[in-house]
Amino acid sequence: MMKIQKTSLFFILGAIVFYLIVQYLMSSGLLTTFFTTIILIGGVMAIVSLGLNLIYGFNGQFSLGQWGFYAIGAYTAADITFRWYQMHTAQALVVALLAVVFAGIAFFIVGKVVKAIKDFDVLSIFALYLVVTVFFVYLAVMLGQPLTQPVTAFFMQMPPQVSMQVIYILAVLIAGVLAAEISFIFGLPVLTLGSDYFGIATLGFTIIVKVLLDNSDTLLGFAEMKGARGMVGIPKITTWFWVFLFLLIVVGVVRNLLHSSYGRAIISVREDEIAAKAMGIDVGQYKNLAFVLGSFFAGLAGGLYAHINGFLHPDTFNFIKSFDPMIIIVFGGLGSVTGTVVASFGWALVLEGFLRLILPQGFETWRFVVYPLLLLVMMLLKPNGLFGGVEMPFLKQTVPPLPESLLEEPKKEVSQ
Amino acid sequence: MSEPSTTETTAQRKPLLQIEKLTILFGGLRAVNNFDLSVYPHELIGLIGPNGAGKTTVFNMITGIYKPTSGSIIFDGQEISGYQPHQINQRGIARTFQNIRLFPNLTVLDNVRIAYHTHAGYSFVDSILHSDTYRQKEKELTEKAQEFLSVFNLHKRQQEIAKNLPYGEQRRLEIARALAANPKLLLLDEPAAGMNPAEVASLMDLIHFIRDKFQLTILLIEHQMRVVMGICEYINVMDFGEVIARGTPQEIQSNQKVIEAYLGPGAGVLSEKYRRKSGSL
Repeated sequence: MMKIQKTSLFFILGAIVFYLIVQYLMSSGLLTTFFTTIILIGGVMAIVSLGLNLIYGFNGQFSLGQWGFYAIGAYTAADITFRWYQMHTAQALVVALLAVVFAGIAFFIVGKVVKAIKDFDVLSIFALYLVVTVFFVYLAVMLGQPLTQPVTAFFMQMPPQVSMQVIYILAVLIAGVLAAEISFIFGLPVLTLGSDYFGIATLGFTIIVKVLLDNSDTLLGFAEMKGARGMVGIPKITTWFWVFLFLLIVVGVVRNLLHSSYGRAIISVREDEIAAKAMGIDVGQYKNLAFVLGSFFAGLAGGLYAHINGFLHPDTFNFIKSFDPMIIIVFGGLGSVTGTVVASFGWALVLEGFLRLILPQGFETWRFVVYPLLLLVMMLLKPNGLFGGVEMPFLKQTVPPLPESLLEEPKKEVSQ
Repeated sequence: MSEPSTTETTAQRKPLLQIEKLTILFGGLRAVNNFDLSVYPHELIGLIGPNGAGKTTVFNMITGIYKPTSGSIIFDGQEISGYQPHQINQRGIARTFQNIRLFPNLTVLDNVRIAYHTHAGYSFVDSILHSDTYRQKEKELTEKAQEFLSVFNLHKRQQEIAKNLPYGEQRRLEIARALAANPKLLLLDEPAAGMNPAEVASLMDLIHFIRDKFQLTILLIEHQMRVVMGICEYINVMDFGEVIARGTPQEIQSNQKVIEAYLGPGAGVLSEKYRRKSGSL
């Protein structure tokens, strides 16, 4: 029998109450559309930042690539729903789904091969993964063409509202998995670099993604993404319900992971890489695990974000913006899940909301002066961040009490 | 070089660790040159030498942090040079570090639980879902770790952050963590560094205790002669990357080459004169 802990119960109840209050404020019209959008963006930022906190805060890898994976997720999901909504074809869905599944199969096969061979250097492994995966994705694209027709017909039978929701959720999930798969291949060689070099390499990744998106209509051949002009006409179907549900799942997954042996292995890499190796922890594997999981969350968040405004522009994914989640997790507290969530909503409300309204006409740009000043004061007063080392009861890991047999008679086997 | 004096009892047994012609080059520098060593089960072997002699480099090659340029390291009948550090640890070699390397911001309990990770016994999916398997195995693992800490008298400190422990206890925790995964061979890199005489005495007790309790074979680097001469059965002396002497503590104490390596050329003759004068050492 599963026993639900008291803290979990409180957390779930609290979450439902919070959801209902915000939902009521939104549907009753007390919150303007402007603030509704800001709260949605806050939730999305929380998911991105939780992913980054897993990579940087818990695993200790300074990554600026989170924003690139966010962009990949956003454009992937947008393209899938756009083609359904505007062009009435499930082609993008079918191809992307097959590509994601086939890439997964390719990883599995190559993983088996690599494991069997000793003394395989990192770049060869990377090349092998890349070649096999590209081949499998090519197969998926070929296979996807004939399947488009029947799948489109299948979705056409459903009521339009239902089919749109199903495709939307599939698109968001595919966006996450695709971002995770790209991060896996990218991480293979790059995660072997030391922390600073890793930061630079991931920054490069974000810039590459942005440049590709600037030229998405010409270089990549996706005419509907319209390159640097920005993609319009994406259905605006991200609601508070979906954002909140995904955020809740992500918080739960991060919490459960961190409270397990796998989470401890991830944290041990941050604490001392050499000691972790000497304790039998496969450091490379756990760096990759954290990176892939973090990028998966970024992809999910991107998919949700794309359907908030119905408009995507490559400038949103500029590398300067890639510091936003970094600032959020430093502000909220590195290695604090509670802090990340609070700081994300705070970031959205303060920077995008109140400051924009409070500052007089023509001074909106000043919020980028106020905001760093806030951060500066914060760093001086509380360098560990708002919630450094503090967690909600649900997220806090309790040290199990000593069994009674150990408390009764202290063993005197080793002298003090 | 003095001949290694192999006793009859060790000659019949199979060595647990056999190192042959181990060499590593850092650019043009031969940090370790043609290093040979055989360690038999349940032995306590010392590795000493002046600073920069290459002792820690030997440890780093055994544990896979450095890849040797040439030579072989056979552990438990298997060639291990070229393996990754975590693979070597999983085969049964654990170590401590010259400058303590705990997981500083984690609790004492978590430091030990991390060492159990490879034996956790539940999958990644179990950990995400917190399934029944997770609950059960995690409970077992935690109890095992707590009981293990009690052997080292650290169980009352399980909630404390490792970096806040006093120095002696940090050393003890590091040794405990190394032993948690049940290794066959333990490498101790200067365990007595920075300890006061009382702490050194309890450390020597601890080393004897763990050797008997866990059926361990121990290879030890140490600068404090009191420790080395007090507990090692057999000592290898290194200088400039080569073994210059092997023998029991008594043999090493009177070895001319060792004295010269530590005190400079000519010191051996002087010490011989001193010995004759004073009659004993």
